[in-house]
Amino acid sequence: MALPRTALLWSGLFILTWLLSAWSKSLAEAMDLSWMVKYPTAWVFPLKDYISGAMRWLVEDATFGLFTFTDATRALAWLIEKPYELVRALLSSGFERGFGRDAVQIVPPLSWLAVLAGVMALGHYARDWILAAIVGTSFAYLATFGQWDSAMITLASVVIAVPIGVAGGLFLGIQAYRHPLFDRLLKPLLDLMQTIPIFAYLVPILFMFGFGPVSALVATVIYAMPPMVRVTTMALKAVDPEIKDFGIMSGCTRHQITWRILVPSARGSLMLGVNQVIMLSLNMVIIASMIGAGGLGFDVLSSLRRLDIGGGFEAGIAIVILAIAIDRLSQAFAERDGNTAPVSTEISVLRRHPRSFIVLAVLILSMSIGQFAPMFQTYPEAQTLTTGAFWSETVKFLNISYFDQFEAVKIFFLKGFMLPIKRFFLGIPWPWMIGIVVLLGWKFGDWKLALINGLMALFIVTTGMWSKAMITVYLCGASVLIASVIGIPLGVLAAVNKRAGAIIGVVIDTLQTLPSFVYLIPVVMLFRIGDFTAMIAIVLYSLTPAVRYTAHGVASVSSELIEAGVVSGCTRWQILTRIRLPLALPDILLGINQTIMLALSMLVITALVGTRDLGQEVYIALTKADTGRGIVAGLAIAFIAIIADRIISASARNARIRFGLEAAHD
Amino acid sequence: MNGQPKLSCHNVWKLYGPGAEDYLHKNPEATLEQITAADLIPAVRGANIDIHDGEIFVIMGLSGSGKSTLVRCLSRLIEPTAGELHFNGQDLRRVSEREMIDIRRHKLGMVFQHFALLPHLTVLQNVAFPLSIQGQSKTRAEARAREVIRLVGLEGRETYFPRQLSGGQQQRVGIARSLAVEPELWFLDEPFSALDPLIRREMQDEFLRLQALLKKTIVFITHDFDEAIRLADRIAIMKDGAVIQVATPEELVLNPASHYVEEFTRHIPRAKVMSVGSVMTRCEVGQSDSAPGDGGPGNGDQVATIPENARIADVAHAVVSAAAPLTVVDETGNTTGTISREAVISVLIGPGPAP
Ligand SMILES: Nc1ncnc2c1ncn2[C@@H]1O[C@H](COP(=O)(O)OP(=O)(O)OP(=O)(O)O)[C@@H](O)[C@H]1O
Ligand SMILES: [Mg+2]
Repeated sequence: MALPRTALLWSGLFILTWLLSAWSKSLAEAMDLSWMVKYPTAWVFPLKDYISGAMRWLVEDATFGLFTFTDATRALAWLIEKPYELVRALLSSGFERGFGRDAVQIVPPLSWLAVLAGVMALGHYARDWILAAIVGTSFAYLATFGQWDSAMITLASVVIAVPIGVAGGLFLGIQAYRHPLFDRLLKPLLDLMQTIPIFAYLVPILFMFGFGPVSALVATVIYAMPPMVRVTTMALKAVDPEIKDFGIMSGCTRHQITWRILVPSARGSLMLGVNQVIMLSLNMVIIASMIGAGGLGFDVLSSLRRLDIGGGFEAGIAIVILAIAIDRLSQAFAERDGNTAPVSTEISVLRRHPRSFIVLAVLILSMSIGQFAPMFQTYPEAQTLTTGAFWSETVKFLNISYFDQFEAVKIFFLKGFMLPIKRFFLGIPWPWMIGIVVLLGWKFGDWKLALINGLMALFIVTTGMWSKAMITVYLCGASVLIASVIGIPLGVLAAVNKRAGAIIGVVIDTLQTLPSFVYLIPVVMLFRIGDFTAMIAIVLYSLTPAVRYTAHGVASVSSELIEAGVVSGCTRWQILTRIRLPLALPDILLGINQTIMLALSMLVITALVGTRDLGQEVYIALTKADTGRGIVAGLAIAFIAIIADRIISASARNARIRFGLEAAHD
Repeated sequence: MNGQPKLSCHNVWKLYGPGAEDYLHKNPEATLEQITAADLIPAVRGANIDIHDGEIFVIMGLSGSGKSTLVRCLSRLIEPTAGELHFNGQDLRRVSEREMIDIRRHKLGMVFQHFALLPHLTVLQNVAFPLSIQGQSKTRAEARAREVIRLVGLEGRETYFPRQLSGGQQQRVGIARSLAVEPELWFLDEPFSALDPLIRREMQDEFLRLQALLKKTIVFITHDFDEAIRLADRIAIMKDGAVIQVATPEELVLNPASHYVEEFTRHIPRAKVMSVGSVMTRCEVGQSDSAPGDGGPGNGDQVATIPENARIADVAHAVVSAAAPLTVVDETGNTTGTISREAVISVLIGPGPAP
């Protein structure tokens, strides 16, 4: 009985809001309440100016007695820059003497054959010949399609960022494990770091470290580290307490317990964290090309700007291939966990390390022959293939022959779907919207959630971000709606049909390894810039969790309940709609929650294709190096994410409790 | 059993819950009901135990009775809420962190219920681990590790990883590892409970063989009474965190301190715990020549005498099949009494209906 009543309440509220939104303009004019519709500029709290001021003070005047803040950042920059330059020289530019145009190369970089042999050896070491072949093919592709140099620059950034991210994450994770108080302080900070869109941290970093690879690396490390911290703390907590007791009983010191007992015992889970750091680093290195990381990301970005479709597509595919190669390799390492039979020390060094010797041999041979025959050193440019022209032609052909069709689809969606939603959100008077957010918090959670929601919504209003925030909500909402409409049925299909499940699984896994940037490329080509393009890119990027959580939820409904349904004569359709779907609801809700989070993080990237939301605000702040503006807009996005997350998590919890009770009554 | 105990604990308490220490300070004699009423969990209540050099001391009790907690207090893996601990006369609760680490490195060993082997190390590396923690060189540690691995019968498997071994083999590694440092005091917390019954029996034999060889002081936890009586010199019975009786297996059966202990021991075949000495007919020491009836040269019986401390179950066949009561002798060979067929049978089938 309770359910229909609440349903009635919510739909009533929705209709009321809709009416209010539609008539708010005229209503406000009639009653002289225009401040309700549009938050007056005079009331805006200039938080962003304060933040910018503080930042300027930090960089220009702040000093810690012996050294200034700027000295500290310079020292840090130096620490990161030196190893980066070394790796970059090794992989891509070679060692040079002199500067700029006068530079003379004294030692060339590693030959492409040596790098190829190296990654194949790693693949074989980590798993088998198949992996070696996959990785080898990927790198050979990079060489033959002329993406080698950019790919090596990207790889150099990853090679530097990953160890820093892993070591830092391990350190913080261990501290959090040891000191519960530190853990409690760190957790909300990590939550915030993961919800603030990446571009927002680019701004202050840019301000402190200047345009260039160091900024990009710092941003990458900050972005990639939080999961490692979490994984470390969790993995250490999950170590069997008996094993820890054993460590104490053997007289280990605290240091020995950490490094000889806990960390090695938790190695399996820790490696999963490392894999995450690697994938996030790769994603971020691509994005960070905007602040000077160079490499493949830069190629994509500049092609997008030039509307060079072929070039962008090729660089995009190169990113995908590099990402897949690195992902498979690091996963293989994670799964390897000490399965090797220990090798006896009697046989010769050469027999014990055959792979290292082969790689070394290839290195020496290719680089010495390379002195005379450069094709062994660098892949000959004349031999590179390019598909750029093909893609450009294809897209041109599509655009010319099917222009009307594409345009029709776009206009249909814009007019019939997106614009009404946009108008709806922009029309709602802000006090009403805040009221609804508070009400939702109170209904699904408790008064604390209501209060937090209210405060966060107020922050968005008072800092003058309201209308951009509403555009964000609209774009994100429309995308999530479509992603759910596509993703949930796919998830159900994957759960009930084995063959479809396998195929969908592979597709979803691949989608998930792709850096977010890549999604923009094909869409921009076909639909040019604008909200519709942004929406499609967001849908593609954020589809994964909707599918995955739904599949998991539907598949994990207990078989007893299904059998009970079969016995009482349900058809397959009834089993799906009456038993599986309702019971999977909590999981589906969590999936949608994740979809929203991904959508919000993608939103900032779609600012590149000309949306007018908070993402664009962050992007503008980035180009103007306006710290305050970037941080405030970033926080606004984070707050939207947090509000959505808390409300949906609370309602998922409610649903679970409700089903628990219903199952108990049956 | 005289002289200073190896390990003694006096009035040791462990209560879980907020404010446990304060509460115990104010109510040093708190009863079980009072403690639960104060929302605290009584894991160990006022335990007093002395463990002597070279004995196998078994702690017994149902699940949740506080055995593990008590042993973890004895080894200071957890800090007792109150009480005193002395190891070789040294006050364990006063030693510094550094000294405790030293004691653990050289004098204590522990075997765990779920083996607690390090998954990333081979058998050899696992066994050598405590030695390398002490700072021994790799070659020395590995030589010693090979020695103990041979002792527990695992030679040839040094390069295996724990997950490549069966449960029984894994626990042998656990035992070898804790023996590698030659501990003076050896804790075993339900070492065989995770094994199936046949292997458990085999491991108990193995354990007795090792103990006959090494003569350690042992604290052994089990919730299996059969295991306890097979292994124990003395048994402590725990219930709801309190030690309710400490005695030899035989005393437990003959003189249970409470109804609970009696219930506990009821299903135990008495022949397995009772010694010949407790049912024999006593006579003056040293009368070996004039033993009544049997033992005469004309009889030609080879099993003329049986030891006083033998278990009834082990000699039952001999006594029952003998024509007349057999002579019982003590360790020095002096006759202390005789044992009749009726006495043994009444132990085997239980006392007859009360007259
Ligand atoms: N960390 C803890 N916090 C709260 N209560 C605990 C804790 N550890 C143990 N207890 C409680 O103390 C009591 C004794 O536990 P203990 O593990 O010593 O029992 P046990 O006799 O070893 O049982 P088992 O045979 O199952 O191993 C139990 O009631 C248990 O719930
Ligand atoms: Mg226990």
